Amino acid sequence: MTNLSMPKIDKSTIKKKDIIVKNLKKIINPEYVLDHKDELKPFETDGLSAYKQKPLVVVFPENTKEVSQILSYCNSERIKVVPRGAGTGLSGGSLPLADCVLLCLGKFNKILDVDYKNRCVIAQPGVTNLSITKAVEDKDFYYAPDPSSQIACSIGGNVAENSGGVHSLKYGTTTNNLLGVEAVLMDGTIAKLGGKTMDSEGYDLLGLITGSEGLLCVITEVTVKILKKPQSIKAALIGFPTIEDAGKCVSIIISSGIIPAGMELMDKALIHATDNFVKAGYPRDAESMLIVELDGTNADVLELVEKVIKIAKKNKASSIKISKNEKERLKFWAGRKAAFPACGDMAPDYYCMDGTIPRGKLVEVLKEIKKLSKKYNLPVANAFHAGDGNLHPLIMYDSNDKKALEKTEKFGAEILKYCVKVGGVLTGEHGVGIEKRELMCEMFNNTDIQQQLKIKKALDSGSLLNPGKVYPILRKCAEEGRVHVHGGKTKFPNIPRF
Amino acid sequence: MSMVEKQSSLIFQDSNIEFPEKEIEVANIIKKSYKSSTPVEIVGSGSKRKIGKFLQCEKTLSLSKLEGIIEYYPEELYIKVKPGTKIDKIESELKKNKQQLAFEPIDFGFLFLGKSNCGTAGGQVACNFSGPRRFKDGSTRDHILGFKAVNGRGEIIKSGGTVVKNVTGYDLSKLICGSFGTLVALTEITFKVLPLPEESKTLVLHNLNISNAPGYLEKAISSPNEVSGASFLPINPICTNCKMDIENTFKLNDLKQKGSITAIRLEGSKKSIEERIKNLKKYLKIDNLEISILETLQSEIFWKKIRNLEFFSLSKNNILRIIIPPSECTQLIYELPNKFKYFLDWGGAAIWMEACDLSEQMYESIKKKVVKHNGYITMIKYSDHLPFVEDVFTINHVRFNISQSIKKSFDPKRILNPGKMYTGI
Repeated sequence: MTNLSMPKIDKSTIKKKDIIVKNLKKIINPEYVLDHKDELKPFETDGLSAYKQKPLVVVFPENTKEVSQILSYCNSERIKVVPRGAGTGLSGGSLPLADCVLLCLGKFNKILDVDYKNRCVIAQPGVTNLSITKAVEDKDFYYAPDPSSQIACSIGGNVAENSGGVHSLKYGTTTNNLLGVEAVLMDGTIAKLGGKTMDSEGYDLLGLITGSEGLLCVITEVTVKILKKPQSIKAALIGFPTIEDAGKCVSIIISSGIIPAGMELMDKALIHATDNFVKAGYPRDAESMLIVELDGTNADVLELVEKVIKIAKKNKASSIKISKNEKERLKFWAGRKAAFPACGDMAPDYYCMDGTIPRGKLVEVLKEIKKLSKKYNLPVANAFHAGDGNLHPLIMYDSNDKKALEKTEKFGAEILKYCVKVGGVLTGEHGVGIEKRELMCEMFNNTDIQQQLKIKKALDSGSLLNPGKVYPILRKCAEEGRVHVHGGKTKFPNIPRF
Repeated sequence: MSMVEKQSSLIFQDSNIEFPEKEIEVANIIKKSYKSSTPVEIVGSGSKRKIGKFLQCEKTLSLSKLEGIIEYYPEELYIKVKPGTKIDKIESELKKNKQQLAFEPIDFGFLFLGKSNCGTAGGQVACNFSGPRRFKDGSTRDHILGFKAVNGRGEIIKSGGTVVKNVTGYDLSKLICGSFGTLVALTEITFKVLPLPEESKTLVLHNLNISNAPGYLEKAISSPNEVSGASFLPINPICTNCKMDIENTFKLNDLKQKGSITAIRLEGSKKSIEERIKNLKKYLKIDNLEISILETLQSEIFWKKIRNLEFFSLSKNNILRIIIPPSECTQLIYELPNKFKYFLDWGGAAIWMEACDLSEQMYESIKKKVVKHNGYITMIKYSDHLPFVEDVFTINHVRFNISQSIKKSFDPKRILNPGKMYTGI
């Protein structure tokens, strides 16, 4: 495993563990304070399971007041706190520290208010993303951001990571669908930001904390926008003889004024891997394939499907299939959603990257990945949220070969650096966490990073909340940063990814 | 301080105005001001300068000459501009590729000058005011992908990028939106752009009132018909100082009746709009109501006038902007003095109000009621009658304390637009 430098362990905190546990048991129900090493074991990692570290103690507060008291206590005693939602994050954002209190929001699992008149839902942060849609779907409403792990990931975690999903281009990410939060700062201050109104006045603190990866506050309540379900949804499965043709088709669809609900691109390696895995009926002779999802009223969708077919034909599509019904549409998606386990079938291990690039640079980036794949002699499969430019190359290797791991790491870092070089960014939806921390200086100079650190200090003067995440500790930009999966298994192998 | 003194201080500032043409010049000016602790007022074209609190700064930094489109990639759905670029220049460039700024920037010129003066990209971001499509497509803050700027230490900083999906570092683009120049002086802005709808039509329901119109708007927005505008213009209250003059404001032939207007906008292809209007009529059960349909040309004029507040053009009264949960709007209107001219936008989530003979006491009392309904109020335009209020914006002490810390992290000596939003920030 790569060496990871984390904040210096405060030995005095470790020494006074018993007192800390005793005091925490005074604040919350003593049964919800876990401190035995066997109890701590399940919390030693999150979705980035290559990194493991047991926390000092785990707490499960039940209400905002308790969260405030815990933070206030830790702040005055200078104890580090790491917040954790469902623990499905892929960038190690809730990796514990040896001297930290791991603050779990699992008891915050209730939907507090479904308000159709104001088209919003108020939920506690531990509620899963999908539960929000489930709570309103009887009235044909839904919550738009749909990260692939939505059956397990929590809405509080979504806010912390600004989670996206396959429909981000049309419906935005969490930040565009969030109306308000109740948050607790490290000093115990409880702040209500936003609410049921569309805008909030003054500094957009809601925008600042969304995607702040648990470094600025602990979220204890969330208000999100809900939307009416579209009348009709159809998906088109389009095969292309070359990756260039598919890339060009994506640009032309967007330039023609169509904003698809989702647009996914897969290369030949992934078409075969996923089709073997779920028999989705993908065009196996194609070099690349697009799934274009279109939604709206019945007339809208018919018109859009027609337009997309016309564009695809003009751009040398080798096959076009339109979903006839909901069952078939879901089948089209099933292959794409099984990209992770399908790759697990092809190689013992793989790394998944998460850069975002301008759509027009896709072919250039894929060519570079191909070149690097030859250079490092490692196969790679590519899944791409073509609609919003989010690229997920999956590098396959065998971790039993130590040299292969090292090579893979270098390969991955080169891909991310190339994403930044063509005008893209390091991470589109997985977050920086510990995973891409050392690559931050590829995108930001020291002044940029110092400004962000000053904001951190403004809200957490002692740097006690989730320290060691997002911002580099070392000055040097180490070459690391990806999801490590061994034997096709992530921490939660059954959750669909990306 | 009297008004005369305030005005003369504004004139004095103008003689100390600097017009940097490059980012590095902006940085040098602010660096110098940082060293000498000299407060700086940052302005664009000045179209929204009167919004917020009066500033008395030794120096004025105008970004109007830091101007121009840096790059525009229609297929990548973004445009990168310098802050002094005029909004109408950006919009006409986008129109060539059938694209737009979907948040519909408000042209405050009609309110302050009686004619168009749409302001700059920097001003738009600094103020974060958005038009009628806000409830569907978001506000300015939802359409800014990245920026470069100079902070209060004179340092050039950046955040974000040119792509929609980006979680690399804190999202400072949101934070600077609506910060009224109190955190940074912008030097580069990247906006997300979207396709311009082919056509626009408006379903007008005639002669509803404040007790039933918001219900129709809510129902329309909550349907799957992708409504992109939902406003209500009442005919009452009748007040001699601020007359409700719907007929002369809009002058639209397609309107079959005089009286109040409840307007629902649909945008897209012709076929799609027709289907959605049909759906909506059925869904809203409006057989018993008089309706009109505004075709594209008139629909566009109508919404442009709503967006640009032409209803209040050249008003001599105070103009207030109230944002509340949409379900609260009817009750709030009942609780406010019934002589004020107003209209509802965003399906009732926004109330624009012209208040004649407003006193500071009355303003505070309105604010209390708005806050009680979980909303906030902004004094958009002063009048000769009420030329100054202590709190232009709404805030509570917790958010104030956090905002003060944030301000300090960008601008430790409080030299950038000090006090523009709140005393002490």
